[in-house]
Amino acid sequence: MLKMRVIPCLDVKDGRTVKGVNFVDLVDAGDPVEQARFYDREGADELCFLDITASSDNRDTLYDVVARTAEQCFMPLTVGGGVRGVDDIRRLLLAGADKTSINTAAVARPDFVREAAEKFGSQCIVVAIDAKASGAGKWQVFTHGGRRASGIDAVDWARRMAQHGAGEILLTSMDRDGTKAGFDIALTRAVADAVTIPVIASGGAGTLEHLVAGIRDGHATAVLAASIFHFGTFSIGEAKAHLAAAGIPVRR
Amino acid sequence: MVTAIIDYGSGNLRSAAKAFERAARETGGEEEIVVTGNAATVRASARVVLPGVGAFADCRRGLAAVPGMEEALEEAVMRRGRPFLGICVGMQLMAECGREFETVDGLGWIKGEVAAIAPADPALKIPHMGWNDLTILRPHPVFDGIAAGAHAYFVHGYGLVCGERRDLLATVDYGGEIAAAVGRDNLVGTQFHPEKSQATGLRLIANFLRWRP
Repeated sequence: MLKMRVIPCLDVKDGRTVKGVNFVDLVDAGDPVEQARFYDREGADELCFLDITASSDNRDTLYDVVARTAEQCFMPLTVGGGVRGVDDIRRLLLAGADKTSINTAAVARPDFVREAAEKFGSQCIVVAIDAKASGAGKWQVFTHGGRRASGIDAVDWARRMAQHGAGEILLTSMDRDGTKAGFDIALTRAVADAVTIPVIASGGAGTLEHLVAGIRDGHATAVLAASIFHFGTFSIGEAKAHLAAAGIPVRR
Repeated sequence: MVTAIIDYGSGNLRSAAKAFERAARETGGEEEIVVTGNAATVRASARVVLPGVGAFADCRRGLAAVPGMEEALEEAVMRRGRPFLGICVGMQLMAECGREFETVDGLGWIKGEVAAIAPADPALKIPHMGWNDLTILRPHPVFDGIAAGAHAYFVHGYGLVCGERRDLLATVDYGGEIAAAVGRDNLVGTQFHPEKSQATGLRLIANFLRWRP
């Protein structure tokens, strides 16, 4: 039976992890590679790096982080942030990423997703959607790290991206991100039920019960979280034990 | 001893190469891992790995586009009996034909064809993406030390439907049975990605590097 996935996400800036990470046993807690190894040992099902480096001049530091991670972690690695063209994807894959996530560039030019899927295969094209409630049962897609409204309906957009060849949707609720109030279940469910490809729930996980709700009620097949893992509030193992106790199949 | 990972423009070879290098170190042998698009290198190698991601027809065309590569594969694998490992679409290419978007001949090494997976439960997502537990049908040297129920990482929307049940080494359940590993003689193929399957995958790769069929 396929297992539901638990995915820790690291925000990387200029080759260092930001949004404090608080593992007591890491020599260099700001080194994403060391954190990746930590999660690998803990049994994370995949790992996600989100590059928030502002300047493209510092992009090489990301490739170096990805390359060093790929040498030591043998699990799927998704890298997103600043992916604008097929050359960016190629460089990330050559560095050792398995999947790349595309957000702003997909909204700017939807055919980019189709071209990328045709060139590299749908399995490595994740479309990241940052969505914000815009009315009852309605959500709007935002781009540029959540700063710019696109006017596009999130559910329609997910459907369209799936048709364009996206292999997976990484869905983040901007209303919930950082709040620890739980995933936006209505949003997650609306998107997951609208597409046949897997949906990763993101934004707002604060308790282990939130992870359960994302899968059981939101119909996501994976849950992504940052702070609850980074600050040692819960381990990956505790998250999986809780999911299993709720009857959700996980790999342990 | 050279293990050649064939580079024919399909997917992420760095992460595969890194996993093979790690496994080679762990076996303690003299295995050299080479990522190559050179037919002569493949012809002369002791072991051959065919990775592959994306669509069957694209991979088939990509392989055909490398001068002399198909002949080198036939020579090394079929005539000289060198151990062969196909991964994901590399495994699917072992079949007689693929039916993804269009019908295209495979290498014809394993009887059967590649068709869209169709889970009995319509709520199951396509692609089949994530960790699934293996049912090992037959003992095989590449599964040494890998327990029944071990998890491996899958990502695919099409699967190999074996024409001969005896070629099926392992399966997983995803709204029905899916071929997880196939093999006969010096050939083995995995639908899952051993290079992404943590300890289980590294073990399988190490087993392959030691395998003397």
